[in-house]
Amino acid sequence: MGIFDYFRQPRQKSANVAKERLQIIVARERAARSGPDYLPAMQQELLQVIRKYVEVDDDAVQMNVDREGDCEVLELNITLPDHEDGTG
Amino acid sequence: MARIVVVTSGKGGVGKTTTSAAIATGLAQRGHRTAVIDFDVGLRNLDLIMGCERRVVYDFVNVINGDANLKQALIRDKRVENLYILPASQTRDKEALTEDGVERVLGEMAEEFDYIICDSPAGIERGALMAAYHADEAVVVTNPEVSSVRDSDRILGILASKTRKVEQGGDPMPGRLLLTRYSPERVERGEMLSIEDVGDILAIDLLGVIPESQAVLNASNAGQPVILDAESDAGQAYDDAVGRFLGEDRPLRFVDVPKRGFFGRLFGG
Ligand SMILES: Nc1ncnc2c1ncn2[C@@H]1O[C@H](COP(=O)(O)OP(=O)(O)O)[C@@H](O)[C@H]1O
Ligand SMILES: [Mg+2]
Repeated sequence: MGIFDYFRQPRQKSANVAKERLQIIVARERAARSGPDYLPAMQQELLQVIRKYVEVDDDAVQMNVDREGDCEVLELNITLPDHEDGTG
Repeated sequence: MARIVVVTSGKGGVGKTTTSAAIATGLAQRGHRTAVIDFDVGLRNLDLIMGCERRVVYDFVNVINGDANLKQALIRDKRVENLYILPASQTRDKEALTEDGVERVLGEMAEEFDYIICDSPAGIERGALMAAYHADEAVVVTNPEVSSVRDSDRILGILASKTRKVEQGGDPMPGRLLLTRYSPERVERGEMLSIEDVGDILAIDLLGVIPESQAVLNASNAGQPVILDAESDAGQAYDDAVGRFLGEDRPLRFVDVPKRGFFGRLFGG
């Protein structure tokens, strides 16, 4: 270790954490904005249906609309809880 | 016909009013007939930053309601020629800025001025939408900090969809990023988002970077737009931004940590 490393302050990379968090939330919010108007309501209803069967978090249902040429694809991601022992 | 420019951010307290005052003053200094309008109904701060608070007789809402005409309400700046201020109303009635009224007043002003700078209130509600609706272009004021960047992205979403231009089938207005309260030291230590970080996320053109500066508080204490403090870092950075706004090629300044010698590094903290 050189003398400069010795005097250098310990590097806190909170800026990196900030950037990663921002990239995720901004991507999510952009997707929500660009999607059809009914998307948020549909997301809520899907959440209610899923909760009849499994306990899931508020953000368990992620929806994403992608455009591929003339075609629109609705991508639906449902995250189930970690401990699924099958007893409901 | 004037170009209408909205200075906006979503988040409050990031430097919109400071920026509106500086850019309007900078444009007027270069000989452009410029008006700066305070859209922050109920709060009214621009008059203080411009140092004309004691000369306010009529305001934006008075003009909209026909209680005064534009000539009576516009305050002529005493330092810089070609510069006029239209103060916000202090009414608590958030509905006071009617769509038709704003459109009519801006239309009338567009005949008289080269540039109309709209100082937007915080938020993404009525006042901010109203300030953005008629704009030809936007200056998005952002601090290198998570909530400010996120709110700027939201505002960019609004600028892309909820403006008169877009509603009439035109292109979304160009929004340019003004990164303010930037601290190169903190960026170097990894404690603050860098210009590149914010640029990666927002993906819009960069109009300028204004350093965190004591000069801004001094300027607001004195009621002088900071750009008039031509010796100061923030004043010069705003001057660069105005130059770029007008298409000049100005390299970024005040974005790197000043080089220090060995002892400076040891004891500089
Ligand atoms: N570059 C800067 N350096 C230091 N302080 C700043 C800077 N820009 C703005 N400020 C301070 O931040 C506060 C909010 O600024 P203001 O322009 O009123 O923001 P907004 O209009 O977005 O609410 C004020 O106290 C102002 O002095
Ligand atoms: Mg303000």
